Amino acid sequence: MDMVDPTVFRLAIFVLAIFVGYYVVWSVTPALHTPLMAVTNAISSVIIVGALIAAGPAEVNLAKIFGFIAIVLASVNIFGGFLVTQRMLSMYKKKQK
Amino acid sequence: MSANFTALAYLVSAILFVLALRGLSSPDSSRRGNIMGMAGMAIAIIVTILRPDVLSYEWIIGGIVVGGAIGAVIAQRIAMTAMPQLVAAFHSLVGLAAVLVAAAAFYNPDAYGILGANGELTVLSRVEMSIGIVVGAITFSGSIIAFTKLQGLVSGNPVIFPGQHFVNLLIGLAIVALIIWFCLDLDPTIFWAMTILAFVIGFLIIIPIGGADMPVVVSMLNSYSGWAAAGIGFTLENTALIIVGALVGSSGAILSYIMCKAMNRSFFSVILGGFGGDTAAAGPDKGDRPYKAGSADDAAFIMKNAGKVIIVPGYGLAVAQAQHALREMVDALKEEGVEVVYAIHPVAGRMPGHMNVLLAEAQVPYDEVFELEEINSDFSGADVALVVGANDVTNPAARDDPSSPIYGMPILDVDKARTVLFVKRSMSSGYAGIDNDLFYKDNTMMLLADAKKMVEDIIKAL
Repeated sequence: MDMVDPTVFRLAIFVLAIFVGYYVVWSVTPALHTPLMAVTNAISSVIIVGALIAAGPAEVNLAKIFGFIAIVLASVNIFGGFLVTQRMLSMYKKKQK
Repeated sequence: MSANFTALAYLVSAILFVLALRGLSSPDSSRRGNIMGMAGMAIAIIVTILRPDVLSYEWIIGGIVVGGAIGAVIAQRIAMTAMPQLVAAFHSLVGLAAVLVAAAAFYNPDAYGILGANGELTVLSRVEMSIGIVVGAITFSGSIIAFTKLQGLVSGNPVIFPGQHFVNLLIGLAIVALIIWFCLDLDPTIFWAMTILAFVIGFLIIIPIGGADMPVVVSMLNSYSGWAAAGIGFTLENTALIIVGALVGSSGAILSYIMCKAMNRSFFSVILGGFGGDTAAAGPDKGDRPYKAGSADDAAFIMKNAGKVIIVPGYGLAVAQAQHALREMVDALKEEGVEVVYAIHPVAGRMPGHMNVLLAEAQVPYDEVFELEEINSDFSGADVALVVGANDVTNPAARDDPSSPIYGMPILDVDKARTVLFVKRSMSSGYAGIDNDLFYKDNTMMLLADAKKMVEDIIKAL
């Protein structure tokens, strides 16, 4: 038998992660759906890792410039997304008795 | 730093992200969850910067500082009523970042170590890259349109022109053809043509969708931003991106599903668009039916003497920014010994959970706020249902009239309360352009005014 292509492993990870996402998100209370969107938005900015690699090399080229712009955009999202989520979540309070 | 170490650190990040989402199952655990999400992000960024191929840090640190400062300021300043457009704007940034990262990988594939044995991008990489960039570009332009509609920069009405679906189909086919061509020929012209067409199609698929369908659109774009990240993750052979993309993609898909179900519409019919402008279509003359109008004094009198009041907030509450005034009114009622709770329809507002956030901002305890299924049976035992800026989600036609366009949509049974008080700016119909029989019922009193002003007047009268 020949070797399994690493892409197949990645596909397996992808499919299993969809299942994890499916079950975890169904357990999110509807009252927190807006914070859910804000935080998923923040974590999807983990795309910054691709931008960091592009901006990493010493010499300046087109890829590095694209990488830099992507870092700025993703950082707006990361900081903005997590902080606004924190701000929203801090407002949810139980009845004081 | 070995590649294995980096990959294991990404796994830790991914677990922290899952826990961040898991935390949202209750408000108590959610704050800790959010901190875990931040930690996961910090780990992913730090181990990436420590990779041996990342040699210069000036641009990286500069970019994070500039972007981070902008993001932090926005997060502090944004009004809670503007949350739907903020989320749409953030989605557009993820989409554009995905396009830029794909472009960087196209121009410098060597940096990512993704070249095939012959020194060129493999066909598989090209397909993955194309999918990432197309979905990213659609997310970007679609979110920009959603943002301008939600922000009120353009009308929320659907934009429809003849042959719209045919044009979209042609562009879609052209994109597929370009992806196939890109697999055969690594020409930058093809790469950019594909990207530009994807921007155009993203724009075209959102313009026909009306303001009130925005909860579905925002959720759908949330999902797309995840799939774009996953596509890029496959291109860059990066497991953190693949896992996060799958999590976010399924999250957005579930929210879209919940929103569609709450409107009893198929996802497909929302996407085809044309439904749900902000202003109602000019229907047959409905002005001649008698209804009972009341004043703030009447409303205050009725509610003061009630045992139980259920409040139903809608988009009108957000528009009028009446959430704080509403809570003051509820405080005053509670002092009179009235029991007050809130009932929220899943599609109230412009994004999932919109009303819950507004009430939380006005310091309404979350255990006084109930979802449709939890509270619907309580209306028959309530003395007063106070509807503030909601309309279609209370229309009994959805339950009783099979000929109604919204028939089958789950509604809040406010008509079962002894008295219905309806705060509304005018007698116009809701976004669906359907008259609401509730307005003309004997036990309904219309309070025609801006929601904030009316609620303030009621407070004075109490």
